[in-house]
Amino acid sequence: MSRTWAYLSNYFIYSSMAVYTLSFFAHALETAWAVKITTVSTDKNLDYKRTERVARIATAMMILGFILLFAGVIARGISAGRVPWGNMYEFSITGALAFSGAYLVALRKHDLRWLGLLVSIAVLLTLGTAVAVLYRPSAPLVPALKSTWLVIHVSAAIISGGVFLLANAVAAAYLYLDSMESKGGRTPWATRLPSLEYLDQLSYRLVAFVFPLWTFAVIAGAIWAESAWGRYWGWDPKETWAFITWVAYAAYLHARVTIGWRGRRAAWLCLFAGSTFLFNYVYVNIWGTGKHTYSGL
Amino acid sequence: MTNNVQLPELDSVGLLRYGWRQLTSMRTALILLLLLGIAAIPGSLIPQRTQNPIAVSAAFKSSPELSIWMDRLSLFDVYGSPWFSAIYILLFISLIGCVLPRTFEHFHAARALPPATPKNLNRMEFYASWPARGNELDAARIWFKSQRFRVIEKDGSISAEKGYSRETGNLFFHLALILILLGISFSSLFGMRGDAILNVGERFVNTPTSYDSLSYGKLFSEGKLESFILNIDKFDSKYNIVTNAPEDYTLNISLRRGNLENTEKRIIKVNSPLAIGNTKIYLQANGYSPVVTVRDSKGNVALQGPIPFLPQDGNLRSIGAIKVPDADPQVGFVGSFVPTYARSNGNGAISVFPQALDPRLLLAAWSGDLGLDSGTPQSVYRIDTSSMSQLGLKSLKPGETFTYPGGSITFEGYAQWVNLQVVDDPGKNFALLGAIVAILGLLASLFTRRRRIWIRVGDVVEVAGLAKNAAPGLEQELKVFMQAVKNEVKGEK
Ligand code: HEM
Repeated sequence: MSRTWAYLSNYFIYSSMAVYTLSFFAHALETAWAVKITTVSTDKNLDYKRTERVARIATAMMILGFILLFAGVIARGISAGRVPWGNMYEFSITGALAFSGAYLVALRKHDLRWLGLLVSIAVLLTLGTAVAVLYRPSAPLVPALKSTWLVIHVSAAIISGGVFLLANAVAAAYLYLDSMESKGGRTPWATRLPSLEYLDQLSYRLVAFVFPLWTFAVIAGAIWAESAWGRYWGWDPKETWAFITWVAYAAYLHARVTIGWRGRRAAWLCLFAGSTFLFNYVYVNIWGTGKHTYSGL
Repeated sequence: MTNNVQLPELDSVGLLRYGWRQLTSMRTALILLLLLGIAAIPGSLIPQRTQNPIAVSAAFKSSPELSIWMDRLSLFDVYGSPWFSAIYILLFISLIGCVLPRTFEHFHAARALPPATPKNLNRMEFYASWPARGNELDAARIWFKSQRFRVIEKDGSISAEKGYSRETGNLFFHLALILILLGISFSSLFGMRGDAILNVGERFVNTPTSYDSLSYGKLFSEGKLESFILNIDKFDSKYNIVTNAPEDYTLNISLRRGNLENTEKRIIKVNSPLAIGNTKIYLQANGYSPVVTVRDSKGNVALQGPIPFLPQDGNLRSIGAIKVPDADPQVGFVGSFVPTYARSNGNGAISVFPQALDPRLLLAAWSGDLGLDSGTPQSVYRIDTSSMSQLGLKSLKPGETFTYPGGSITFEGYAQWVNLQVVDDPGKNFALLGAIVAILGLLASLFTRRRRIWIRVGDVVEVAGLAKNAAPGLEQELKVFMQAVKNEVKGEK
């Protein structure tokens, strides 16, 4: 029974990877097409009618990929009889799910389709590493992980991470376009991307939106640590880096709200804060020591 | 450099005041906050005494020179180091000095009414006007009231303001940070934390001497140790037969509290500690204690009982030392215990499952000076064999005896041990309260917008709005407002 679910989960994840690959190619095609048209036509305004169809397919594939991945994560949870957050393979597939979910939610309100290329490749790389390197057979949780707080703490952290990384992608796009503009203007395909000001504001709003959730994730972790390990804060490497991420984002919000940082400096600070989050995930889980390293890797 | 720069007056009071202003400026607080983040980094990369003492001693062995220098800079104890404490104490002071005055100011401001309508509304960020038709002012008043704006009305105009909860939330957030820091300091002054390793069947009386290690805050007095006695009745560990990973640990104890006569049966698990008053008891670790009997050459028992061994891997291969200081000459055994025995090529005995399915005790017997009187503290799990000579090696099944020149040792069986951690953390609840308030404050401050709306009615109706921090969404709100005013006036006609 649980075997069947584990296989099912793997199939879902493989198919979602296939669909994300399609989405990636569709996004790439859209970008490439848009560029090609300019070399043919003389005027700089692009004709998006031709690419519109491809772009719609790209987004549709992204949604389908998300649904398949979601099914894969759920099936993984059923196969193990618990929430699917017991080891790094499971964190990675759920993290990819959160990232593409954050993108899709943001897409409803903002014109972010151009970011799809980056999102699909990032999700593919994450899933690829998860399947190829991190895969572990489905198994029950070790005693320290058996707690309701696992659900609360980890889901808050993973969702925050997804949105932080999306904010990072936006900030990176900002810096890229900014350097393009300062070198003499956007290349034709980049002209349809949003204005710098819009990107600047968007990455701030994403961070401001999830910062309370991240704060909550850290606090939930502390409450859980109190019941599992007898202390709510012990400067374990994972805790330390969660704190550093928190401080970095607090500094980012301050720099914007109270000092008035905008643009390039704010984008760099945002990237820095996001990279502390990634560092925590990669470094501490793989090479770190401490109480958080029971993740099966 | 010009001469007419106004230096602050440098008498001592002036200097103090100048320093205080600098310390409590927001810029300083931010820098301190960032510094705290940066200062926390080395502790996550360098092994810390409090978390990984074995790695620290390994560092001292492999590069002593460097380690001594690193130790001088407290790099093996970053979070208790003077420089780390200095940063957070300064941050703490800076926060207080910066947030408290603002709090008073804010609560004054919050009771005040919004300022009157300015003369030239058309200079505002958002502005609209249309010919007046009727009693727009009444309509506006109703709308402001339904939306819970605070209003002041004067000379045919209304000035309305909303969103004070942004600043209120923000202040609560910052005050809550202070509360968290207070909670932490309170715990470190009045708290206690101790560890005890107990074999199944043993009894623990909560007095300072019962602990293997015990630390308490400067203001904690020993008399405040919660009074209880507990007995380790039974310990069950379950392991997954495919992955060998632990699935469940359950500890059954009998507890007698204070001067109560009756004994209660209780269960402690990894995620559910036992609470006795303010004290909590956690199940932290467990392992095996081989039970041995050591006899001298005449057959008299020199040592008998379970000896806790330290687990080395996921399958609980454990190492330890059995010391017999009363023998003459002294005898010691360096041992390794494997719960489920298997031979490996090269590594000798290994364990292939954490449960004791086929236990073995592998011993090296030594005789000579155990070095217990040398004054330097020794690990109970190791023996310094530098001034001893080896008597022999042996692998024992339960019930078997190893006879060496001068005596014998019998492997009787095994017991399991548990590591109980006893904690009294009185500041915990303040920190938790602070954390909750911090989140609520943060939500209020990040998700409300402070904004003003004005309406003046003469021959024309003029409406204007202003959002603080250029927060988005005011335009939409103004549209709704104007629609409401127009509809209301139409409805009256
Ligand atoms: C000297 C001390 C400080 C002062 C005067 C100060 C003041 C402020 C002010 C004025 C805001 C913006 C309010 C607004 O317009 O919305 C703010 C926001 C914030 N502060 Fe501080 N702060 C101080 C220290 C700190 C510290 C030590 C932390 C964190 C550890 C912190 C975390 C935050 C956060 C996360 C925000 C974001 C809320 C928002 O964006 O509105 N602050 N602070």
